[in-house]
Amino acid sequence: MSLRIYAIAYLIFLYAPIVLLPIFAFNDGSIIAFPLQGFTTQWFGELATTAALHEAVGNSLTIAVVSALLATCLGMCAARAGTMAEFPGKRGITGFIMLPLVLPEIIVAVSLLVVVVRVMGLSLGNWTIILAHTLICTPFCIAILNGAFQNLDRSMEEAAMDLGQSRWGAFRLVTLPLVAPGIVSSLLISFTISLDEFIIAFFLSGNSPTMPVYIWGLLRFPDKLPVVMALGTILVALSILLLTLAEIMRRRGLARAGLKDTGGFL
Amino acid sequence: MRKDSRLSDEERRTIALISVPFVYALLLLALPLGAIVLFSFWTQDFLDIDTAFTLDNYREALSGPIYRTLIGRSLWIAGSVTAVTVILAFPIAYFVSFHVQPSRKSLWLFLITIPFWTSYLIRVFLWKVILGYNGVLNTSLQGVGLIDEPLTFILYNANAVVITLAHAFAPFAILPIFVALEKIDRSLLEASQDLGESKVTTFLRVTLPLAMPGVVAAVLIVFIPTIGDYVTPRLVGGPNGLMIANMIQTQFLRLNNAPLGAALAIIAMICVTVIALAFVWLNRKWLRSR
Repeated sequence: MSLRIYAIAYLIFLYAPIVLLPIFAFNDGSIIAFPLQGFTTQWFGELATTAALHEAVGNSLTIAVVSALLATCLGMCAARAGTMAEFPGKRGITGFIMLPLVLPEIIVAVSLLVVVVRVMGLSLGNWTIILAHTLICTPFCIAILNGAFQNLDRSMEEAAMDLGQSRWGAFRLVTLPLVAPGIVSSLLISFTISLDEFIIAFFLSGNSPTMPVYIWGLLRFPDKLPVVMALGTILVALSILLLTLAEIMRRRGLARAGLKDTGGFL
Repeated sequence: MRKDSRLSDEERRTIALISVPFVYALLLLALPLGAIVLFSFWTQDFLDIDTAFTLDNYREALSGPIYRTLIGRSLWIAGSVTAVTVILAFPIAYFVSFHVQPSRKSLWLFLITIPFWTSYLIRVFLWKVILGYNGVLNTSLQGVGLIDEPLTFILYNANAVVITLAHAFAPFAILPIFVALEKIDRSLLEASQDLGESKVTTFLRVTLPLAMPGVVAAVLIVFIPTIGDYVTPRLVGGPNGLMIANMIQTQFLRLNNAPLGAALAIIAMICVTVIALAFVWLNRKWLRSR
């Protein structure tokens, strides 16, 4: 019983910052503090008329979509290989691909910055962020897709090949539909990670900032804070929507494979 | 392993498949990491790089009092964050694994992971709002009459960094511990109690050692990335809460001294790796001695 009380207190601790977001986003006062001043939708209106923000959102969406697609493709290769033959060094290789999961992001950021700007002499842009985000999203995709691929019965694909399908045909017609929910879940998670990633984007963005980099700039101006709260409210609502979709997809995938849910993304 | 050294058809296809993400990681991770190692042995004068091999950057990084303070503080903060996060997380993982109905476990895990996925920057900023002098916590505590003066030890210092990071890394600690607890065969616990152990000693002598792999994973997955965080120290840390990542950022982006920044990054990574390996080794020794 006391454990349950502790668990609820812990959830309050986890949700405290998020709950405050909409409260201040609709608060009719430019200072982010209690007592509240009244209700307004002014800050949301200001979001709609800020051109720089729209550009940043556009950048972030492009980066997130491309990174999610690339990372999911790479993740599928690794997850699929994970279910196939063992060979010496396979564990080491997989471990290396998963490394960005525990590597501090600043290390990834500065090392890529050095290579792109100093070694290759290229200028930064959205493409540098896409490359880096693909790298850090891939381990998450692998973790999700491993679940989907490992639950699969390999004999179904073999049956399709015995019945005359090519290797690719068997994969496309039998395996792909079965792992589809996992793929959607992987796309959504990597999209969310990329959209929210700040440290790498801060180092690697050129002249056009991504949305988190733009928000970082706003945080220095006290009179812009209510607008940040409004933007944050929209982002949180959007993330919760995407994550709920990802979770539904993940569960559907497990149900399709005829397994019981063991919980959790990771 | 087969004695036949030639690869089978399936093995060849597996290697072809895994080499796609592997080559990507080589090009975008191994190569750049190699580049900063190289850079750390060079020097830079404004924009010109001098490629003569030198240990000057390391000498400066290890002897400069500011760098030593920052590295020491970063390790101390990362250690505190790890301890606080894992100790707070364990009961939650235990609760979800042992006291929640199986059908509702994934709902709990989902609830725990949601805050982690929502805008990191804004979440850190909101801790500033909560912990500040006129912040949510102080005004509500004063409102209830628990304190007369606002608490000042909770913002713009290392405490604030620890609180905020313990919040940010919560799911990273809960999930591995949960997975380890789920794997424990429940009949072992019954057996222990049948043999006369109390609930507390069963927990200490059976559950905890079996959950240790999860705890170790949680410690590593919190400790290692924490060192590299610079948003939290910057927003809530104040001047005495800055960490090594802030200095690395300054060297790269402001002072244009990439080689010194690279040396600092490498020193930080070496410290983290050594501590992490020592921790894993001590834990193995402890488990084996039992």
